[in-house]
Amino acid sequence: MTTSRRNFLRLTGGAAIAAGLAACGTSGPQSSGGSTGGTNGGGGGGGATYWFLTGQPQQAIREAQVKRFNDANSGSQLKTTEFQNDAFKQKIKTAIGAGQAPTLIWGWGGGGLKSYVDANQVEDLTSWFGENAELKNGIFPSAFGAASVGGKIYAMPVETTTPIVLYWNKKVFEKVGAEPPKSWGDIMDLVPKFNEQNIAPFSLGGQSRWTNMMWLEFLYDRIGGPEVFQAIYDGQPDAWNDPSSIKALTEVQNLVKANGFIKGFSSITADSNADQALLYTGKAAMMLHGAWTYGGMKADGGDFVTGGHLGYMNFPPVDGGKGDPSNTVGNPGQYLSISSKASDAEKETAKKFLANNTLDEASVEEWVKSGNIPVVKSAKDKLSSVSDANDKAWLEFVYDTSANAKTFSQSWDQALSPAAAETLLDNIAKLFQLSVTPQQFASNMNAVIGK
Amino acid sequence: MTAVVPPGARAVVRSPATGAGRSGPVAWMVLPALVMFVVFGVVPLVGVLVLSFTQWDGLGAITPAGVSNWRVALQDPGLYHALWVTFEIMILSWLVQTPMSLLLGVFLAGRQRYRAFLAVLFFIPLLLSSAAIAITYKALLDPNFGLGPGLHLSLLTQDWLGKSNLAIAVIIFIVSWQFIPFHSLIYQGGVRQIPVSMYEAAAIDGAGRVRQFFSITVPQLKYTIITSSTLMVVGSLTFFDLIFVLTAGGPGDSTRVLALLMYQQGFQANQMGLASVIAVVIVVLGLLLALLLRRLGGSTTASQMEGM
Repeated sequence: MTTSRRNFLRLTGGAAIAAGLAACGTSGPQSSGGSTGGTNGGGGGGGATYWFLTGQPQQAIREAQVKRFNDANSGSQLKTTEFQNDAFKQKIKTAIGAGQAPTLIWGWGGGGLKSYVDANQVEDLTSWFGENAELKNGIFPSAFGAASVGGKIYAMPVETTTPIVLYWNKKVFEKVGAEPPKSWGDIMDLVPKFNEQNIAPFSLGGQSRWTNMMWLEFLYDRIGGPEVFQAIYDGQPDAWNDPSSIKALTEVQNLVKANGFIKGFSSITADSNADQALLYTGKAAMMLHGAWTYGGMKADGGDFVTGGHLGYMNFPPVDGGKGDPSNTVGNPGQYLSISSKASDAEKETAKKFLANNTLDEASVEEWVKSGNIPVVKSAKDKLSSVSDANDKAWLEFVYDTSANAKTFSQSWDQALSPAAAETLLDNIAKLFQLSVTPQQFASNMNAVIGK
Repeated sequence: MTAVVPPGARAVVRSPATGAGRSGPVAWMVLPALVMFVVFGVVPLVGVLVLSFTQWDGLGAITPAGVSNWRVALQDPGLYHALWVTFEIMILSWLVQTPMSLLLGVFLAGRQRYRAFLAVLFFIPLLLSSAAIAITYKALLDPNFGLGPGLHLSLLTQDWLGKSNLAIAVIIFIVSWQFIPFHSLIYQGGVRQIPVSMYEAAAIDGAGRVRQFFSITVPQLKYTIITSSTLMVVGSLTFFDLIFVLTAGGPGDSTRVLALLMYQQGFQANQMGLASVIAVVIVVLGLLLALLLRRLGGSTTASQMEGM
């Protein structure tokens, strides 16, 4: 046997690469639509390119939008490429960095958008929105915050608004004889009540880290108001050391210490929807999560949603806190930007698509039908057509929460720069592990403020 | 087992120095391999080294940054923590894997038919992708919906991936489960190369099975052990997919190995320069460890078997 170490290394190396590829997911990007040729980036004539995410029901709605556009504009076609979530995040960044961006850049706004703006990669849409005032006025004003950098608008808010919501399981509350919490004090009082019955007070998919972050977003808002995070976002030195900030961090650790979260929460991921399962199976009584989980619980939870056992509310106030209880946090919308590297004809096509097909009546209707609230005021009119009573009540709740929020703060990890967001998520995981104190957390975060 | 470095590799090194003319056809026959090595090995390596002295968020322009990335990285306790975790997993998984693969390899080296069948069975874990293994184990170990709660076994119902020490232990268990078959196979091959006459002579001298194992099998497998250990040690520097899917470095940062830190700095925090520093550290570490293990084995080019 004459086998060399080199060959073995190559062998194992190959296996590792294969495993890595396998980890990249099942389906690669799928191209479709459009007229002729045209590469990813350039594209000729009046055609434009648009990359977006797979996953239902969003995917079908996006495909229908493009089809309507292409049917109506035979001269300027839109060519789409679809990606899975994580693949998209990588690909779009690489493509923009290489000057091969699609004409329409789909994204989450905030810090990611700011990095595109800083690199001069996206069009300033401020004057275009000035010319299309009607379009602009129809969209929730709260959705524009994450689309703006330095007072200028660089993206159009599209698709849906998804605030973070406090869910609860009505069956479990009945069993224990408890009332839904009206304040932070109530929450802390409910914790031992549920623990005595061997029911976890809160479900949490802590391994995903951003799930823990939702707690801090609300506690910061309810205790100190949106100004506390605004100061952090604006890069004011030492902003994490604000007394409200320290109080919020302390409160969340108190909840961890009181066993407020399900045992083993730091090994549960949100991607697998195990946290939702804990709520609808009654292993946990409550869950703080995005509005996007409603559909999942309806699909997987048996009669949990359809039988009316799901309760939900906005996060309750904290006694003595400064924040307006109508405020909410989460994703005010999704965003479409136009690549500054695209040709004039491509930009024209993209703008036509933005104006006519992203938030048109057909789209609004489809979003509502799929159980979502699109980021336009006209969504309200469509709610009456929803036949299912549970869905209708839910959609009205989401609409009111989004439309009535004094402030709709964008999720922190989207609002901050990628570098600061990574440090934040890292420290939040440690905060929930009780391996850093609130003071250490604040000083770790102050070190990356404004970066 | 004879030479560890194949003749081809030798020619690659020698021919450019001695002149292509004299080496004749051999020199240009290795040319394709050499080109591949330069394009896919040397160029990216130099690229990473250059990147480590620049500031780049993956989007905008690449700007020179001097040694600032190196200063930031070397002052970051996170790097030393990741280094520590990497070594911890490397050493512990070596300690678990080596004796077990050695024993299994010796056992499988027997000639009975059922052993060949067993060898195939043992080999199955290696055929699965690390990502698939991680997802499966994650589901089995889930403290609420996993194997433990499903079978009402309180011993199995632990917060396996939520406690630092348990999470490391789980990773070592899974890595061993995945790679012991591979190393057993190497040992099985090694054992079969040992001349039967040595065992016959030992048996005549009255040596029992245990004595034969320690006096003949283990010494004869010296180079096999070094080969297998090099693969384990250098390979453990690149553990990424399994840990990424299983714990994502958590809980907190207790299973964050160097490769994971590199990924997070580069592709999540958009700090390519910093990530390149970590990549260079991994490469240097891998080279040093491989060289060290080679030293331990003495001159690996010498034949292990007398008269062959």
